[in-house]
Amino acid sequence: MQLIDQKTKRIMEGCKERAREAGLSFEDESLEYVVSNRDMIELMPKNMIPTLYDYWVHDVEVLREKGKYELYPSNPYETVINTRPAISFYNDNNPDWLNVMIFYHVIGHIDFFQNNLYFRHTWEYDLTGQALADKRLIARLRSEYGRWVDYVIEFARGIDNLVGYHAELARFNRTDNGCSKRINYYFDYFLQTIKQVSTSDYVKQVELFNDYIKQHGKLGEKAFFADVLKKYPEFDASFEKYRQSYTPDSPDLLQFLTDHSPFLNKDENKWMKSVLQIVRTTSIYFQPQIRTKIMNEGWASYWHENLFLQDDRIKGHEVAFARVNAAVTAMPRVGLNPYALGMRLFYDLEEMAERGCYSYDFRRLNDVEQRQQFDRKTGQGRDFIFNVRENFCDFTFINSFVDQDFIDNNKLFVAGRRLNKERMVWEYYVRSRKAEDYRQMLFASLYHPPVIRIEPEKSTDGTLYLNHCLEGKPLVNEYITNTMLGIEYLWGSPVQLETSEAEVRAVSETETGDGAPQVSWTRVLYTMKDRQFSREVL
Amino acid sequence: MSFKQRRTYYQRLKDEGRLSGQEAAIRAELEDERLHLIEAPHRDCDLPPLADLYSCNDFTLLHHLDPERGPLVSSIRSIDDLLERDRIREKDGFPRKIKVGKLVKPGRGSDEKVVVVPTTVEEKFIHDNRFLEQQSGDDGGSGGGHGEGEEGDVIGEQPVRQGGEGEGTGAGQGKGGAHDMDANAYDLGRILTEKFKLPNLKEKGKKRSLTRYTYDLTDKNRGFGQVLDKKATLRQILKTNIGLDKLSAVDEIDSTEFLIAPRDKIYRILSREKDYESQAMVFFIRDYSGSMAGKATELVVTQHILIYSWLLYQYGGQVETRFVLHDTEATEVEDFYTYYNSRVAGGTQVAAGYRLINQIVAQESLASDYNIYIFHGTDGDDWDREGHETIPELKKMLTYASRIGITIAEHRYASPGGTEVETYLKRTGLLEQAAELLRLDSMKEDSSEDRLIDGIRKLVSE
Repeated sequence: MQLIDQKTKRIMEGCKERAREAGLSFEDESLEYVVSNRDMIELMPKNMIPTLYDYWVHDVEVLREKGKYELYPSNPYETVINTRPAISFYNDNNPDWLNVMIFYHVIGHIDFFQNNLYFRHTWEYDLTGQALADKRLIARLRSEYGRWVDYVIEFARGIDNLVGYHAELARFNRTDNGCSKRINYYFDYFLQTIKQVSTSDYVKQVELFNDYIKQHGKLGEKAFFADVLKKYPEFDASFEKYRQSYTPDSPDLLQFLTDHSPFLNKDENKWMKSVLQIVRTTSIYFQPQIRTKIMNEGWASYWHENLFLQDDRIKGHEVAFARVNAAVTAMPRVGLNPYALGMRLFYDLEEMAERGCYSYDFRRLNDVEQRQQFDRKTGQGRDFIFNVRENFCDFTFINSFVDQDFIDNNKLFVAGRRLNKERMVWEYYVRSRKAEDYRQMLFASLYHPPVIRIEPEKSTDGTLYLNHCLEGKPLVNEYITNTMLGIEYLWGSPVQLETSEAEVRAVSETETGDGAPQVSWTRVLYTMKDRQFSREVL
Repeated sequence: MSFKQRRTYYQRLKDEGRLSGQEAAIRAELEDERLHLIEAPHRDCDLPPLADLYSCNDFTLLHHLDPERGPLVSSIRSIDDLLERDRIREKDGFPRKIKVGKLVKPGRGSDEKVVVVPTTVEEKFIHDNRFLEQQSGDDGGSGGGHGEGEEGDVIGEQPVRQGGEGEGTGAGQGKGGAHDMDANAYDLGRILTEKFKLPNLKEKGKKRSLTRYTYDLTDKNRGFGQVLDKKATLRQILKTNIGLDKLSAVDEIDSTEFLIAPRDKIYRILSREKDYESQAMVFFIRDYSGSMAGKATELVVTQHILIYSWLLYQYGGQVETRFVLHDTEATEVEDFYTYYNSRVAGGTQVAAGYRLINQIVAQESLASDYNIYIFHGTDGDDWDREGHETIPELKKMLTYASRIGITIAEHRYASPGGTEVETYLKRTGLLEQAAELLRLDSMKEDSSEDRLIDGIRKLVSE
């Protein structure tokens, strides 16, 4: 791995200047490396982070067919990584014009990393540096504890898709309500959950509290609680008990285990916590990448296309560029291409915003003709897409902007595949051209880890009770046992998982007419105790 | 078998009232006019995903690098390490994690290679997306599309399984493939044996050593021996005399002038020769009729690859293998490659395959020299419902075979254990009577590799 030569670096710096003029914003420094195939082989399993910790699974080809991206939220194999400075990788023998195109694409990504709010938690530190420290720590632990380090990594990675990424993000914009824990407990938990007072009583209490504050100022709270204690003498004891018992403040399972696992909190096992933390932070770091795939690639493609064509240095390579660019950004007849989809959405948004279509006036229009003619020439198109790039992720992006107009203008449809039994061929057909169907199809293919809640109330005798909230899809059954085995190891006591099993009963087309299979759901409880798996129907 | 012959066979069965009950399936096979072609080396794996947002990446699209290509090759470097690690895992009380048996072809060009890779999967709680496809009613799922076409229009089609078998397991190589296949199969066998601790085949021929000695007049000896090798002796005499400078010119050689030393005389002498001999002959036979399309064939050939690999390792290449394919007629093919890659078509007559094996064994009188093992893979269909012709052939096979292992890959729609082959085999009671020699294993056609390996265990165990 070596840095690109000075001449190429100068080209890159030229690209940066032009990108800045166009309005992109990113930090000054960036590192560009030429990588050989050999380097790639080593970098790939590590998500292109050269300093990521070593793990034996990286040496093994991992079975990827099944839910590959669900297992690997890190969305590996990107040509640029979100570090400070951003590092990007290049082939040795690219011609200059191609490098220019890739540079612009990379700059698009860097701009996205450094401005999109879903990456907010990655702005403060440099992953490569952090990862290096982590790698050294793991190496040191390995010299001390041998293979057990790998087991802990394995089990931690088994649940690293359940990290509380959104909770982590939320910390950045959380405003404190300025109340003490006691107050919060009283109003949020004590009154509502324990006493279950009626709404009017609750409101009265709030008013009462406000009165006290008004009258007594800083002493208001104390005075208020003096009153409360008269009414509920058990309040203090209850508050104390609440504070002692473990609170579900941990945003996710990994963090919860770190905080509360009796096994990990034993002196001889404390080192495992740092492994868990490393796995957790690494996972959280990569989370936004896969949740912004369409936007990120779309944005980078939008900019490489725009900036390349304006670049005066590469005159004469338009045809070659067009070929490569078409391969990247063409909509496939069947299948999805996030580059193409994202880019078209950005173009579409820019145009719509330019015409002022995101306004009340436009929305009031029902007449197709008028809608098409509508043009306010706002000059705000670019601003609008910059705003979108800052505040949206794939889900909100699709949900907000994939509408019927977009589908129609781009001739998109939901493709289906069905078996023609007579001719023994797979038929591809146009299933739907409705925006709603298209959106649903996109949603179904978006990364979405299952929601698994920790339920302290149901956890008895030191058992950890996990509850999978069903969202229309069951969990991959083959993986459950080993994942639970890992959790049991980290928790040190039995683990239970409540989830749903689906039974799909194929219905012949003659029976129902539409041939849609019937699904029946069974709520089940899996238990992993002493490495023995058992199943129980609820 | 030609269409006409197939028809005759069908008619005969029908007249005798022995035709299998699976009328529809038979009809389909009967009408099937495809030929058993060898698969083209180039085949993309399975159906392309329609809605895969995350497989596109900058490296493939912008740099034209294929990121999937690298790790496969690099990853096999430490098989032993990994296996050792896996063993320790078990000792530590965790299930093993390394899986093998996937043959992956990294390239897309014509020079594809089959590489044996250890694989693993990092298990997590994730949503099962296969579920959606099942749920949506048509098996293929849905995805994005772009372009013209009304709702409901068919915009393209693709033959089911593009002819057939071995998809995903990566059958098919370019030139020189067969050799690579063997080398890698050896590796695979090693892993299998070590990892899965497959039981050794019962070795009927254990008394006969792998190397046999014969005595023959093959060695040469100077000075004494049984037969004088005149030509070699003369050559030696010449050499000696050249050394003595007795030969002045090439054109005026006077042989009477030669000095002849006793050690110049070269004799043939009786000597002990190692005679390498295969002690086992393994027949692989598979049904490649039309009904075998898809998963069933994949399962059977994968299992046969595993067995083949394992034998190759276990017997260090000393095992001879023969490959037989059958539909309503059987044919022997020369190598595993052809066996593995032949496309399915035609009807089903199990008896034909067995008959061919019996013929081969009789003609080459293999029974006296070899331990004969027969592995048969089928989906359990047989036009001949009663097995009237199959059973006698099978009985004949049992007289000489050391083990016959029949794997039935049941179709998804079939009821477990209800296939024709299984039914008539059970009825004969041969499975109990000759439990030592005949084994039957039925599994669903979409069984996992672990199940396959279990199946092998069942077929070959004591």
